[in-house]
Amino acid sequence: MAKMTMVQALNLALQQEMEKDDRVIVLGEDVGVDGGVFRVTDGLIKQFGDQRVLDTPLAESAIVGMSIGMAAYGLRPVCEIQFSGFSYQNFHQIENHAARLRWRSRGRFTVPMVLRTPYGGGVRALEHHSESREAYWAHTPGLKMVIPSGPRNARALLVSAMRDPDPVIFYESKALYRAFREEVPEAEEALPIGEPQRVREGEDLTLISYGAMMRPTLEAAQQLQDTDGIAAEVIDLLTISPLAEKILIQSVKKTGRAVVIHEAPRSFGPAAEIMSRLMEKAFYYLEAPIERVTGYDIVIPLFNREKAYLPNTERILRAARKVLAAS
Amino acid sequence: MPRKKITISEKVEALSILDEKGRLDEKLEPDIAEDVLFQLHRTMLLARKFDERLLSLQRQGRIGTFAPIKGQEAAQLGTIAHLRPGDWMVPAFRETAAELWRGRSLESVIIYNNGFNEGVAIPDDRNDFPISVPVGSQMIHAVGLGWAAKYRQKDDVAMTYFGDGATSQGDFHEALNFAAVFQTPVIFVCQNNQWAISIPVSQQTRSKTLAQKALAYGMPGIQVDGNDILAVYAAAQEAVQRARSGDGPTLIECVTYRLLMHTTADDPKRYRTDEEVEQWNQRDPLPRFEKYLIDKGLLTEEKRNAVESEILEEIQTAIDRAEKQMEAMGDPIDMFDNTFAEMPSSLKEQKEELTHALSESAEEGKDG
Repeated sequence: MAKMTMVQALNLALQQEMEKDDRVIVLGEDVGVDGGVFRVTDGLIKQFGDQRVLDTPLAESAIVGMSIGMAAYGLRPVCEIQFSGFSYQNFHQIENHAARLRWRSRGRFTVPMVLRTPYGGGVRALEHHSESREAYWAHTPGLKMVIPSGPRNARALLVSAMRDPDPVIFYESKALYRAFREEVPEAEEALPIGEPQRVREGEDLTLISYGAMMRPTLEAAQQLQDTDGIAAEVIDLLTISPLAEKILIQSVKKTGRAVVIHEAPRSFGPAAEIMSRLMEKAFYYLEAPIERVTGYDIVIPLFNREKAYLPNTERILRAARKVLAAS
Repeated sequence: MPRKKITISEKVEALSILDEKGRLDEKLEPDIAEDVLFQLHRTMLLARKFDERLLSLQRQGRIGTFAPIKGQEAAQLGTIAHLRPGDWMVPAFRETAAELWRGRSLESVIIYNNGFNEGVAIPDDRNDFPISVPVGSQMIHAVGLGWAAKYRQKDDVAMTYFGDGATSQGDFHEALNFAAVFQTPVIFVCQNNQWAISIPVSQQTRSKTLAQKALAYGMPGIQVDGNDILAVYAAAQEAVQRARSGDGPTLIECVTYRLLMHTTADDPKRYRTDEEVEQWNQRDPLPRFEKYLIDKGLLTEEKRNAVESEILEEIQTAIDRAEKQMEAMGDPIDMFDNTFAEMPSSLKEQKEELTHALSESAEEGKDG
């Protein structure tokens, strides 16, 4: 076991899978010689050469479109879109083709590709570098939308994404890239897509989140324990879509109270879907209205104000205490 | 430093072999085997007659909206004829003639155009993508396919079709650029049919030709008379050889004309004159090719009529079969298939919900 950052862990996943499977091709802007602007693909071109790691011209739509062709041929392209803020330029390739080529060809052609892209705020970045727009992808039939929350699950989920028979949008939090290290086993480890994890057990309240928001969420759970004597159960979604609701419903049936946390804008965001599911399937177990702590329905502000935009422990605690106080 | 002319090694040429009156430039005549000539003629006639029949089916309400191909058969057949079964075809949505050449069944075209997904099923022995409706979005897939073939050290090529309107899309430029940068075995076939619904090509671009756009990407571009099957065939032969031998992509601009409407939902009289259409009718690729075959002693009026009645029968049989098959295609529950390799539980639940709703309304129907 080695202590790794998320960047190193993702690099390990790519490196091991490329060694194992010559169908895996990495492509994107600056992913070769430069190793990616965040260094996730560092060293891969050296080990595997420029037929496995393609430094492409600067065109997001073509990067994704080319990946679709490669995948339909039988390869396993893993493309990097340098920032998710630029992925709208390839949105139509995902919506019109990647997500529906299986359907459009009655199963004859499939698109087992991964689109990796950094998302989210908190790193004092430029405009168009801090959005959290997972709802766009989660709303698209035929896509899988995965967001890891730490080095170890990032590595294990990326391995599964590369082996998945369907297209996977893989969001990597820039705020988590180098935020902390975790033990990541050298030996292969894969986590199934579509299985949220209960990362903290509790009886009194369920906190549901994912990605970069897992840290303030876990911090809030700890503070609730320490200062309020409240045992919060915490669920890390890991896969946003298709949403596996079972564990959420079980948990809320037990606790009767829930808060959903994400940094994406509130309206029509993932929390809206989660709350609907809980309302549909755990309504009679609810002791209080479900709360959500989210980004606001505005453009994420430039970095001097982004702290006020992003959910934090304090906002989560406020929502949790409100839910706990209701009866 | 003085201003200097920059020399660009790629050049753009125009090619015509069989003129509007069907007169042949013998020096340029491609060597096409007789059986291939017959096959090209038969498929051209089939595509034409099938198009006519689809239009009447649409007008009778027996199929939905479709995009007629009349006038563009030579551009499609002269290019597609060079593909081997293992090669890839990535079409737009007006390539029925090319699809028929590749072996797509008439039934599947009817079934698709009557709104059943079953019509897009692609047999395992054909490396052909389904039609692509969002204009210009498909060319880049051919680049990925071509790249993958090269990576696997296969000499398969990918041929992709699009229209003049598509050349305004960013994806067209991205596809050409990627294909050239990675030297992928791709043949870009532009069917410049003069109209993108109501917008003439003169409003689509200020370029003198569409073929010249290739030069900016460092690949050869050629403009051919797209209604002259010999010219199209010769240009495509060169392009396919270039791709297959590892020398990269080519852009072929086939200058042709959409003799009918954009789709059956469109009324071309709103934006173009009958005189213009009539001028292009004079350049129809079918009689021109037939005159060539007759002049070569390969076709007679009698033989042509025999082929035509055989074709009409084939079309009628296909319509009968398709309509029979569609009677058994009513089950809407199939709509959930092929969304994912493995259906997620949330989707299973929605499928059950519909199953339940359908059986309930069937019960209510019985009661009523």
